[in-house]
Amino acid sequence: MAPRVDAFYLFLVGLTAFFSILIALTVIFYFVKYRRRSPDQVGTRIEGGMALEITWSVIPLLITMVIFGWSTNLFFAFTRPPAETLNIYVVGKQWMWKFQHLNGQREINELHVPVGRNVKLIMTSEDVIHDVFVPAFRVKADVLPGRYTHMWFNPTKPGRYHLFCAEYCGTKHSGMIGEVVVQEPAEYEAWLATGRAEGSLASAGGKLFQDLACNTCHRPDAVGRGPVLQGLFGRQITLGDGGRQTVDEAYLRESILTPNMKLTQGFQPVMPAYQGLVTEEGVLQLIEYVKSLGTQPQSQPVRPASGGPAPGETHTPSPNEVNR
Amino acid sequence: MASTAPIAPLPTLPKKHYLNDGTTVASWLLTRDHKRIALLYLVAVTVFFVIGGLFAVLVRLELATPAGDLLSDDSYNKVFTMHGVMMVFFFLIPAIPGTLGNFLIPIMIGAKDLAFPKLNLASWYIFMIGATFGTYSVLNGGLDTGWTFYTPFSTVASTSAVVPAALGVFINGFSSILTGLNFIVTIHRMRAPGMTWFRLPLFVWSHYATSLIMVLGTPVLAITVVLVAAERIFSFGIFDANRGGDPVLFQHLFWFYSHPAVYIMVLPAMGVMSELVAASCRKPVFGYTFVAFASLAIAIIGFFVWGHHMFVAGQSVYAALIFSILSFLVAVPSAVKVFNWTATMYKGAVSWQTPTLYAIGFIGLFTIGGLTGLFLSSVGLDIHLTDTYFIVAHFHYIMVGGTIMGYLGGIHFWWPKMTGRMYNELLAKISAALIFFGFNLTFFPQFVVGYLGMPRRYHAYPPEFQMLNVLSSAGASILAVGYALPLSYLIYSLKYGKVAGNNPWGAVGLEWTTTSPPPTANFEETPLVTWDAYEYPARVEGHVA
Repeated sequence: MAPRVDAFYLFLVGLTAFFSILIALTVIFYFVKYRRRSPDQVGTRIEGGMALEITWSVIPLLITMVIFGWSTNLFFAFTRPPAETLNIYVVGKQWMWKFQHLNGQREINELHVPVGRNVKLIMTSEDVIHDVFVPAFRVKADVLPGRYTHMWFNPTKPGRYHLFCAEYCGTKHSGMIGEVVVQEPAEYEAWLATGRAEGSLASAGGKLFQDLACNTCHRPDAVGRGPVLQGLFGRQITLGDGGRQTVDEAYLRESILTPNMKLTQGFQPVMPAYQGLVTEEGVLQLIEYVKSLGTQPQSQPVRPASGGPAPGETHTPSPNEVNR
Repeated sequence: MASTAPIAPLPTLPKKHYLNDGTTVASWLLTRDHKRIALLYLVAVTVFFVIGGLFAVLVRLELATPAGDLLSDDSYNKVFTMHGVMMVFFFLIPAIPGTLGNFLIPIMIGAKDLAFPKLNLASWYIFMIGATFGTYSVLNGGLDTGWTFYTPFSTVASTSAVVPAALGVFINGFSSILTGLNFIVTIHRMRAPGMTWFRLPLFVWSHYATSLIMVLGTPVLAITVVLVAAERIFSFGIFDANRGGDPVLFQHLFWFYSHPAVYIMVLPAMGVMSELVAASCRKPVFGYTFVAFASLAIAIIGFFVWGHHMFVAGQSVYAALIFSILSFLVAVPSAVKVFNWTATMYKGAVSWQTPTLYAIGFIGLFTIGGLTGLFLSSVGLDIHLTDTYFIVAHFHYIMVGGTIMGYLGGIHFWWPKMTGRMYNELLAKISAALIFFGFNLTFFPQFVVGYLGMPRRYHAYPPEFQMLNVLSSAGASILAVGYALPLSYLIYSLKYGKVAGNNPWGAVGLEWTTTSPPPTANFEETPLVTWDAYEYPARVEGHVA
């Protein structure tokens, strides 16, 4: 993205310079040429001119529409991540960044990514609004409590890059900084392998699933009191009120924390709310666990969630996998 | 040239005028004269400008070095917050309407006063009460939310004086609403015979547009800050994601007012500009009707662009595109104004006095401020630029380069009318130049450091940004001198300034037909208007500049 953003930026800088200098020179020229030469002198009476007014209304309008088109093109590139991404979860809190890789590797205020891969961050906040800003990649997105936001980038050069919190978040806002460490793929894999002790995110989620006794109701055999989770992720389901809902990260999160908001059709509101009982990271692990159940054969059509991962991304857990 | 000018008798102050019509404290504090109320505003906003300016000094001192070594992080957060709150709510919004608008609108339309003189005084008192709460929150531990009060930080995380500050902003809003209402009714109902809508000075048109925003937008801000205070006190959960609320809802409500509020700040300055340009060139403003309607267009479109503050806040792609294209549309009437002012200078008789310097300074700074707005309306680029120093630079070019240049230009232009005396022209020119160069040195580097990625509201920053920050702090010190000078020579002129006479600039406009300072009733008899705005005679007879 960076070269494309820079090209657009330089175009705007050129445009700004052109118009600023044009106006400045005109003003200075008139200021000198038409300076008042005697105290009783008045200017030549000119009321205006329709042709000029239309010209200098229409030209700026056309120029701004060109800018709008170009900028929108960039914006679409930013909002539409490629189908295949390396997903990393980000949890922001006052005043630190927590990153969770799918294999279970975790890090704080440092984000390791391989060079040349499309990296997608799925982000949420535990408290106030934060914002992940990596100036070198020209990307930024707010990190909101109670929601998942996404952003993606494709680092092209190994190195260490600033990562700033760009949304004011209190006392140590300017200390909520970190680094993106872009590594060669082999180096990255080696680094990733150092963090297998706790098992993958999905397996941690599986453990949490047992600990919270979710498995008593969410059984694989359709006789539980809760919906079957196997093969659920990415599907369209029908809600109790007849509405349709795509099962994406946001819906899973909502259904864990406040399950009665959007009940699946045919189920009773018997699930307790886990709001305050599961940490944001725990929720992410549970989501990864549910995603990992996604290989079950399905009778219903599967549709990828908008902004969510493509169907190909769902997978069975393995200790050192990287989501592809 | 001096030899050909007739030797005019030295002007003298009128015997009786609004300044000596009652000298007791009560005659000022209980006055219903719009001119005296304007001076009450002038004193008040100057005090808040100085307070806000001192906070800015602390910010620039801290940022001279990369480490957060002068202030603690909490203190720094409070300092930039209070700089913003003071400047936006208690200086920029009331400055031009409260002082110049109050003083000039009735005189410019040939009226004795505003439609509701008592309400006008009430506006000032409400403003002072609101501002007192604002100041109280500074003394009572300060406020650290940023002037934007973003939730859920302001509702659940901040431990500072959010409620008193919110109350201050809430109360202050009523002052804005009542002033706006007063102006609208006055402009509709109080025009002198013959003063048709299209004979109104453009200053009046732009204040009319401003008043519409004040009346329609401010209530939304009032609702918003009440919700923040209520949420803090009663924990309703409106903005609390943990309880089904939406923190981004706050941003919608806040910017629904606060983006139009930018036009509350800059439209009056544009009105001042039209007057300065016309009087400086002694010719009508080029394209009068286009400039007048551009004000209205800015006010109206300005209500539909708030979402451009939230491009990275998780709003939908299509909402972002609509807010983006509407923001580009605001650029058109703004550009039309700049072109018209520039064209007015063509074949003018351009004065080289202080108000002209402010006018051309405004054109330059507003042009840069406006064009950099295009960078930020572009969603694809705003993603990189928002919440960096690029934003800080952009809005200071509009608010300081635009509003304050307009305000100071207006103060210098109408000072002889308000006080009856002239200030020291040489000092005034020097300070105008200092402000122009100091301003650019302060804020231009911030565009660069912003693009390089320095986030705003940072107490400490990576060392590679230091050079640009040092330039910025150096510029700020020049700017401070530039602002301190007028304060001193204007006060000095009150007693020792040369007596100005009715029309020191040789300008047209009803305000220059009455005495300086004007009588309490503004005119000896109600004027009958038979001419358009800026209708200059063939020569300005006997005028000695």
